[in-house]
Amino acid sequence: MTNQTVTSATPHVVADLPPDTTPAAVTLERVTKVFNDAAGVPPVLQDLSLRVGAGEFVCLLGASGCGKSTLLNLVAGLDSPTTGQIEVPGGKTALMFQESALFPWLTAGKNIELALRLSGVPRTEWKAEIARLLDLVHLSGQENKRIHELSGGMRQRVALARALAQRARILLMDEPFAALDAITRDVLHEELHRIWREADLTVIFVTHNVREAVRLGQRVLLMSSRPGMFVRQWQIDIEGPRRIESPAVSALSAEITEDLRREIRRHGR
Amino acid sequence: MAVSTPPARDDVGSLEAGLDALETPVSPTDKHAGAKRILGSVWPPILAIIVLILFWWAAYALKLKPEFVLPSPASAWQSFLTGLESGTTQQAIFNSLQRAFVGFLISVVLGTVIGLALAKSSIFRRGFGPLITGLQILPSVAWVPAAIIWFGLSNEAMLFVVIMGATPSIANGIKSGVDQIPTLYPRVGKMLGAHGFNQIRFVILPASLPGYLAGLRQGWAFAWRSLMAAELIVFSPALGLGLGQVLDQNRTLGDMAGVMATIISILFVGILVELCFFAPLERRVLRQRGLLGDKL
Repeated sequence: MTNQTVTSATPHVVADLPPDTTPAAVTLERVTKVFNDAAGVPPVLQDLSLRVGAGEFVCLLGASGCGKSTLLNLVAGLDSPTTGQIEVPGGKTALMFQESALFPWLTAGKNIELALRLSGVPRTEWKAEIARLLDLVHLSGQENKRIHELSGGMRQRVALARALAQRARILLMDEPFAALDAITRDVLHEELHRIWREADLTVIFVTHNVREAVRLGQRVLLMSSRPGMFVRQWQIDIEGPRRIESPAVSALSAEITEDLRREIRRHGR
Repeated sequence: MAVSTPPARDDVGSLEAGLDALETPVSPTDKHAGAKRILGSVWPPILAIIVLILFWWAAYALKLKPEFVLPSPASAWQSFLTGLESGTTQQAIFNSLQRAFVGFLISVVLGTVIGLALAKSSIFRRGFGPLITGLQILPSVAWVPAAIIWFGLSNEAMLFVVIMGATPSIANGIKSGVDQIPTLYPRVGKMLGAHGFNQIRFVILPASLPGYLAGLRQGWAFAWRSLMAAELIVFSPALGLGLGQVLDQNRTLGDMAGVMATIISILFVGILVELCFFAPLERRVLRQRGLLGDKL
């Protein structure tokens, strides 16, 4: 477990990769995002720089108002930065939301089919692809289920299958498991890790849950709020199977939580 | 002590299967639910109709008004049967339904385009929104004199009145349907790669369907009543008789039993279209989305 501190005193904070890693899948260069130009309103994101390596699993951690979701929207191309550069060499990203965001007028299978269709996958391959993706998230045979007939955890797995159907190499996740109970979330962490490895994805995972970030990420970035900036990052290399209750996860979570609290306290003054 | 031992991979799989089974809603399987529902929804209206007819018959029996003003339910029924036997009632229902249907279809096309424009363009909305809501309030019978001057005593005149009656409701229906779409859905659509026409086709239209259907339903009601108003006034031997024209004929002949029989026919055609078409359609859409709750 190594940890690098990027002090917030530096005007230009770079959350960089360790030097020995693979080419970048996502690069942010001094990105600033301002929603309201009125005087006295701090930017949502200020001067952010970030490189995420291909195949890396990065967790962004921060209290509310730190602009985590805004950052994902920028990378997803749903919004554009006020200043700065965002580069996604692979081009395509898939975004998963907190609520399942599946279309309730379609069945589970048809939700996936729509993603395949809009991604230009030939019609003849749809059926086999839907079966493969549902199998991947352990929901074989559920394609004809209506969304309201599925539990919260199952919905998020269908949403994951739909995101994978887009054939994007980069998966952006905006607190996707926040609304689930602890046991379901735990199972989904396991599934996500398995799929991340099997499908060779790059994942940027946003959460406010410290343990979740430590459980999942290879790297955890702590963000400050108003303006959103990177405060500190941790490179995590816990050996062996990592579980939410592992002592190593607990120990690092305690340390990060302490930092997060310090960040939040700063706003009370 | 194996408390902190991480479970093996298979354990997660079986845990997941257990969670899926536990958290999937269990729906009761009652084979006769459909039949029970239909039975349950049939008898109250029938009872209500019987009560109304009893009141009518009582008023008639008390001789509150002379018989040529207030005929008995029996003579209205007789008049209805005579109309059926001669085939004029069927022909009139067919003619009216055909006109209303054609007018309604044109209104659906116009109303959908206008409604989408209202929902998507703020300038169009600010400019035409209040006007279209105003048109929705305007009784469409007010268009009849203008229609006669522009189109003469013709089918086009009636069609025009129907379209002016139904289009604003449909436009406002789809507008509010689109307004009520959660902001998440268009964003998801964009993420999936739906832009422009695809966004409307795969996201906006299906997402707004419940509001759209309510608008269509109201549009049909407006189409039907606008047509009746138009048919009452637009009369020419060259045009096929519709229910409205039959009603006006009954009045000129002083046939009050016929008037009652025709009014009831108009009412029942309206109810029938609602029950056989719009109600099942709306149920289906709401059930698919899990919006019907326990009311299977």
